[in-house]
Amino acid sequence: MLARDWRAGELRILGLALVVAVTAVTSVAFFADRVRGGLVRDAHQLLGADVLLVADKPWPDDVRDEIARRGLALAEATWFISMTRHGEAAHLSGVKAVTGNYPLRGRMRIADAPNAPDRPTARGPEPGTVWLDDRLFPILGVKVGDAIELGDAQLRVAAVLTLEPDRGASFFNLAPRVLMNRADLAATGLIQPGSRIYYYLLAAGTPEAVGDFQRWMTPRLGRGERIETLENARPEARASIERGEQFVGLTALLAVILAAVAIALSTRRYTGRHLDGYAVMRCLGATQRRLVSLFAWEFAALGVVASAIGCALGFGVQGLIETWLGKLVAVQLPAPSWRPALQGFGTGIVILLGFAVPPLLQLRDVPALRVIRRDAGPPKQGAVLAYAAGLAAFAALILWQAGSVQLAGYVLGGFLVAMAGSGALGYALIRLIARWGGRAGPSWRYGLASLRRRSLGNTVQVIGLSLGLTAILLLTFTRADLLEAWRAKIPADAPNRFILNIQPEQRAPVAAFFAEERLPAPTTYPMVRGRLAAIDGRQVSADSYADERTKHLVEREFNLSFMDELPGHNRVTAGHWFSAADLRTGALSIEAGIAKTLRVGVGDRLTWSVAGREFTAPITSIRELAWDSMRVNFFVITTPGLLEDYPTSYITGFHLPGSAAGAMNRLVQRFPNLTVVDMSAILQQALAIMNQVIDAVQLVFLFALAAGLLVLYAALLATQDERLQEAAVMRALGAARAQVARAQHTEFFALGVVAGALASASASAIGFVLAERVFQLSYVLDGWIWLAGPALGIACVTLNAWLGTRAALRYPPTLALREAG
Amino acid sequence: MSQSSAAPIVKATALSKVVPSGASTLAILQDIDLAVMPGEAVAVVGASGSGKSTLLGLLAGLDTPTSGAVELAGTALFALDEDGRAALRAKLLGFVFQSFQLLPALNALENVMLPLELAGRTDAEPAAIAMLERVGLRDRLTHYPKTLSGGEQQRVALARAFVVRPRLLLADEPTGNLDAATGAAVIDLLFELNAEQGTTLLLVTHDEMLAGRCGRSIRLAGGRIVNGAGA
Repeated sequence: MLARDWRAGELRILGLALVVAVTAVTSVAFFADRVRGGLVRDAHQLLGADVLLVADKPWPDDVRDEIARRGLALAEATWFISMTRHGEAAHLSGVKAVTGNYPLRGRMRIADAPNAPDRPTARGPEPGTVWLDDRLFPILGVKVGDAIELGDAQLRVAAVLTLEPDRGASFFNLAPRVLMNRADLAATGLIQPGSRIYYYLLAAGTPEAVGDFQRWMTPRLGRGERIETLENARPEARASIERGEQFVGLTALLAVILAAVAIALSTRRYTGRHLDGYAVMRCLGATQRRLVSLFAWEFAALGVVASAIGCALGFGVQGLIETWLGKLVAVQLPAPSWRPALQGFGTGIVILLGFAVPPLLQLRDVPALRVIRRDAGPPKQGAVLAYAAGLAAFAALILWQAGSVQLAGYVLGGFLVAMAGSGALGYALIRLIARWGGRAGPSWRYGLASLRRRSLGNTVQVIGLSLGLTAILLLTFTRADLLEAWRAKIPADAPNRFILNIQPEQRAPVAAFFAEERLPAPTTYPMVRGRLAAIDGRQVSADSYADERTKHLVEREFNLSFMDELPGHNRVTAGHWFSAADLRTGALSIEAGIAKTLRVGVGDRLTWSVAGREFTAPITSIRELAWDSMRVNFFVITTPGLLEDYPTSYITGFHLPGSAAGAMNRLVQRFPNLTVVDMSAILQQALAIMNQVIDAVQLVFLFALAAGLLVLYAALLATQDERLQEAAVMRALGAARAQVARAQHTEFFALGVVAGALASASASAIGFVLAERVFQLSYVLDGWIWLAGPALGIACVTLNAWLGTRAALRYPPTLALREAG
Repeated sequence: MSQSSAAPIVKATALSKVVPSGASTLAILQDIDLAVMPGEAVAVVGASGSGKSTLLGLLAGLDTPTSGAVELAGTALFALDEDGRAALRAKLLGFVFQSFQLLPALNALENVMLPLELAGRTDAEPAAIAMLERVGLRDRLTHYPKTLSGGEQQRVALARAFVVRPRLLLADEPTGNLDAATGAAVIDLLFELNAEQGTTLLLVTHDEMLAGRCGRSIRLAGGRIVNGAGA
């Protein structure tokens, strides 16, 4: 039966639709999978490794041996604070002694002189040499080639260190960097028992090996040892990656939806063509069971074959894209995994079952009467249940693809609402247009009459078309808007300098200095250092927590701040921001991540120890921070009354244009106690990574867009047969080609406008919800979408009309009439 | 009718239709020569597969022959392009099909108006209403084909065919889809209208009774005329 139908050309459209769908899903999944891998790996540059081990004492050799045994690359670094001297000048610096192969991920950049152009370098400094942060050159009065003293050692300055990839955005590493070779460490004599030193082991390798090692290492971590991964070390990088993953996930979801729409429409066509055949079989005594098994086997075979072909093609296509667009994809892609093939295959089978079976079940119920009266159709009620089952399977599939209930819920809900809405609105609009346009000439009359007569069928078409268009608009307009909103999270004028240690009485003079330099006055935030002493009256110490990271958090001093207004880039997710009553009695606002780590929430009372005194206040709000905004963020904010009387310094972050770089040297000369941190290199690095993520995501979108167009064509083919027959009758009655074409174009035009307008509305609504609820971006509606939707709708149906009516006009009328007869 | 009664309304000369069939070819029609004079009622009869319907399609210019020529009211049909043939059909021909071929999107009135509108007639609506009244469907004007019985559908088709007052009416098994009583009523109506309008009738059928009501029968077998070619 399968072979017979295939030979007869009956299954080709359906089979192709399935292949196209599976190819789309698989290639997007393959590509997304690899891009995701690439993104994670690129982000690891920010760590300098795939996994970073940190300890306050030297690491035992068995950890090194284990890393080597697992085939992972190993590099080491030792970090401590020390005075760097040159002649009479001396400055406290953060010294990092590294092995020659440091870093394992990413590249450092060095220059031959301060402010000279820099270049990437694959290795750290040679033994006997150091690289200095450019801030140290004016302070020490040193130039490249001079020798500096570090402890007992004399080391030659070989380069200016302009970018250290793993230098995080935290204020942990504030002191200017001196980078030296680990071989010289002993000669400095600085490594003494009791010195505050951090020992780092950097490891890198395949994701599997790294993951295995992490699982092996985690339970073996001792006191003062911890594992830093992207998750906990670089919140701003993690935010970028998560958004990238969500975008890619969304794309895959849309491909799945497009595929399902295509399958449903192709099967509808197949069913329409087979009603007669099945009616005859029923006449000849075939039972329903016999009919079901007939098409069940046929479709099962078709599903397996088409899905397999789709998977293979999907793999080929993503390879092709990779080669073809090799230069565009800035990320080096890791090898693909098998998961996408499985995903594509599963998707093919599920959408075939979910969306082909319901219309096929109508074949089972075809009345034998149809042999005598062709317009005796199958009963419709049975299909509703079958579609519901299909939809459930489909929802499960989407959930699997999305990996997030929320994202899946919004996308699926959005499409269901769009489907119901476009169904109801489309039907109403079709009736309205048909009535309103009925006065025109015969071609118009015929076109609009067809529109009205086929109200129900056309509504199905409009739903399919507008879903396809919605996806395309989402992928173009909404995607661009969302990406733009995302990019705007790191604006071009994001803070690239931070000034710390501004004393209260220096605030006015510093502001005056900014005015003198014609720079906008920066916003300063008060900062008080304090330790968490108790939660709800229970004393807190490192021993209260099993988790090493939390121990570390509890031991260190927090940077507390106080203010009465919520900073613009913060968002309260639980509780409420300080009320007037809170301001009188004292309250705390805490960052969501820290709250989770410390297992505290709104209503818990925290006791803080600041400069030997303690105060207690309740948490009244939990905040989420925009980590990727690069602005000054505080984990804990109190009401002003609580902290005002404690020793306070101020911090500010602001954007310094490249042309004003000299201003910071003058600032430090005038206010020697200030610490200026230059974040521009790190900011540029973060921007570059975000842009790479965006490029990669756009590529995936592009492919899904192409898949959407293919699926749309399959959807539009659905009414081809009917049109062929009608064109034949009209021509037998003496209609010129132009008249037939005009009649069909009228109908297509109206369909395109209705479907397009509906798609614009749905895409805007879905985009808005996605932006506001899922991605937490502020979404600005693009007015052009309202023109683009109908225009695209008309373009799609016109293309189809051109292809379709061309065929209808070429087809000999006798053939069409005989087939219909 | 300005046409001289001596000239045939339709004339086929050495008409052949050969279609590929697997590796070889199949001759559906071979060397058909026939002429139908104005006012004649001619039945084309023959067994299934004898090429009757193919011949009808070729005479109407709905399909193109492998070789040979057709003249419709003196115009060489296959010297025209497809649109030219369509224009000629609009001017000269009416059709009645076995399966009615009403457009499902149009109601009875609109179906009958369609050929008038295609010909650019401005009085399409009153003419169509008058014609539907003539076939006894005055109260079915706004009904869609789906809601009409087979007999009613064929009467709408007759109205559609006769409303343009065709010079030549081509009917392909007009009663093939109808029961005997309904079929007989439709045929009576067909001949009544034919008589009223003086239309030339070319009717394809395998119903010998029906063929007997025509003035002349042309019998086809194996793609050749076996008797009654006339002219």
